[in-house]
Amino acid sequence: MKILLIGNPNVGKSAFFSRLTGVNVVISNYPGTTVEFRQGKMKFGKKLAEIIDVPGHYMMEPTCKAEKVATQMLKEGDLVINVVDATNLERNLYLTLQLLEKKIPVIVALNFWDEAKHQGVGIDIETLEKILKIPVVPTCAVTGEGIKRLVSRLPEAKAHSFCRNEQERWCEIGRIIEAVQRLESKRHTLFEKLEDLSVKPLTGLPIAACVLSLTFYLVRLIGENLIGYLFEPLFGLYSPLAMRLSDFLGSGFIHDVLIGSLVGGEIDYVQSMGLLTTGLFVPIGMVLPYVFAFYLALGFLEDSGYLPRLATLVDNVMHKFGMHGLAIIPMLLGLGCNVPGALATRILETRRQRFIAATLMAISIPCMAQIAMVFGLLGQYGAKGLGILFATLAAVWFILGFLLNKIMKGVTPETFMEIPPYRVPHVRILAKKLWMRIRKFLTEAIPFVFLGVFFVNILYATGVIEYVSNVTAPVIVGVLGLPKEAVASLVIGFLRKDVAVGMLLPLGLSMKQLVIASTVLTMYFPCIATFVVLFRELGAKDLAKSTLIMVLASFSVGGILNLIL
Amino acid sequence: MEISLLDLQTGKTAKISRVEGGSEAQSKLAALNIRVGKTVKKITMQPFRGPVVIAIGNTKVTLGRGLAMKIFVEPEK
Repeated sequence: MKILLIGNPNVGKSAFFSRLTGVNVVISNYPGTTVEFRQGKMKFGKKLAEIIDVPGHYMMEPTCKAEKVATQMLKEGDLVINVVDATNLERNLYLTLQLLEKKIPVIVALNFWDEAKHQGVGIDIETLEKILKIPVVPTCAVTGEGIKRLVSRLPEAKAHSFCRNEQERWCEIGRIIEAVQRLESKRHTLFEKLEDLSVKPLTGLPIAACVLSLTFYLVRLIGENLIGYLFEPLFGLYSPLAMRLSDFLGSGFIHDVLIGSLVGGEIDYVQSMGLLTTGLFVPIGMVLPYVFAFYLALGFLEDSGYLPRLATLVDNVMHKFGMHGLAIIPMLLGLGCNVPGALATRILETRRQRFIAATLMAISIPCMAQIAMVFGLLGQYGAKGLGILFATLAAVWFILGFLLNKIMKGVTPETFMEIPPYRVPHVRILAKKLWMRIRKFLTEAIPFVFLGVFFVNILYATGVIEYVSNVTAPVIVGVLGLPKEAVASLVIGFLRKDVAVGMLLPLGLSMKQLVIASTVLTMYFPCIATFVVLFRELGAKDLAKSTLIMVLASFSVGGILNLIL
Repeated sequence: MEISLLDLQTGKTAKISRVEGGSEAQSKLAALNIRVGKTVKKITMQPFRGPVVIAIGNTKVTLGRGLAMKIFVEPEK
């Protein structure tokens, strides 16, 4: 049995999915969090039912990708749970009425029931059931209220095959609303005042500047303190153990792979390049603290409902670069990890926009793993080195975006997006989402870091690095002004950018060289995980174009930096 | 007097009297309840040809100026 979760964007379908299947998925307060459908299982009576979370859409006519997917899914489903936003009953009912024409059993979950009551929206559920001739269950998916009742009433779901045109549907909705909905006079809450203030340009732009600088300040503060007070002391405790293992192994290949080379008779966690030294320290001791801090802050931005407002404020600027304001969502997600960033480009409706967004993100948005390592390396020179790096990346973003918009055929369609209300983030959901992302980082990054560290050893042992560095020396030394050994870092950068940045440390680079190397490492190529997702999202031809842009841009920018710094 | 949503003063409410554009654009707007007879409030308009933000019932929507130009309203006195 297949049960489909269908509803308008941002009505809580993913929260239902999570509740029904026990599978954790990312839930946020902006339309378009879910970009691909997901499957899970739920016990239903004695059988297992398959639950499918369908990306949100406003109507059944397939005008965009998400709606096409939904229409397709409907043909395969056995039952629909139509999730409806109780605070926006009128326009949500349009999809409900369309579903009632499709000869598939439907049950309505009237979600955000608590919020509707709070806002003075009263809905007569009995009458609504009578008119629609299907069960209607009030719910609050994030707290789990009403879920059990919804499940117990699933067998009552009924199929209808009404036949109406658009005009008739709206007329019917008018009658339904008249009969079931009562609005109490609303008080203007503080949240609503804030909602307006944060989209008006005069107040909104200063608010945006504050929110963003506070976010990045907090990420750095939390990241640094976690390293200083938690992770470094932890590795301090681990060191004697690793040293004992090093003594035990003596010298040889196994020692080189597990512990790496000792620096002055001691383990150097960044330079040693052993699986149990650098392989553990880079992902856990240097990157994890920042990843944690970043996703904590991002969770607040996502769940409060601020992001669509930020998108509205920057929309006019983003149009100069061929994208909607909403393109800031893949950019922000990309700062955590380029993989979800690349996936989130689906929030943009045209191929052209997705190409520009994915290319700009892959080229000039460094992921948190890389940023953390760059902080570690360039931090010693104060704000200057970091300032040059980030200013360069920002300039690349702007110039390349401007050029792509000029060169590429096609126009950016008109912005059209719903802005959700501000909501107080649920601690449970924030914590869950943070944990999911951390777990993903740990399970996906650590194997790649290990692989990276392992390959470093292999490539050095087999002489491949030496060969490649001799071949590429004219470019690396001549154009970028880096020692030819730096090419090893660029090779490994394809696997993991954080390990690659770490490999720059033993080269004894100057600040200028570090800035150039970090810039080129960010820009020249996405890491393999991002590459795979980009291949899926853009297709081979567009990815080839995008990659060509990256390689050309990175070496020209690196060369220019080498000349002017 | 009928004016376009673009010309409606910020902060003012008005009733939608006419929506221009093809049927796809019309259904797209209707799906967010932007249709004839509905009362709309213009919250703000971003400078430099930026989008318009409106409130319609409980829904807030950001829409580009090209779309806003297609929506005609009768301002409330």
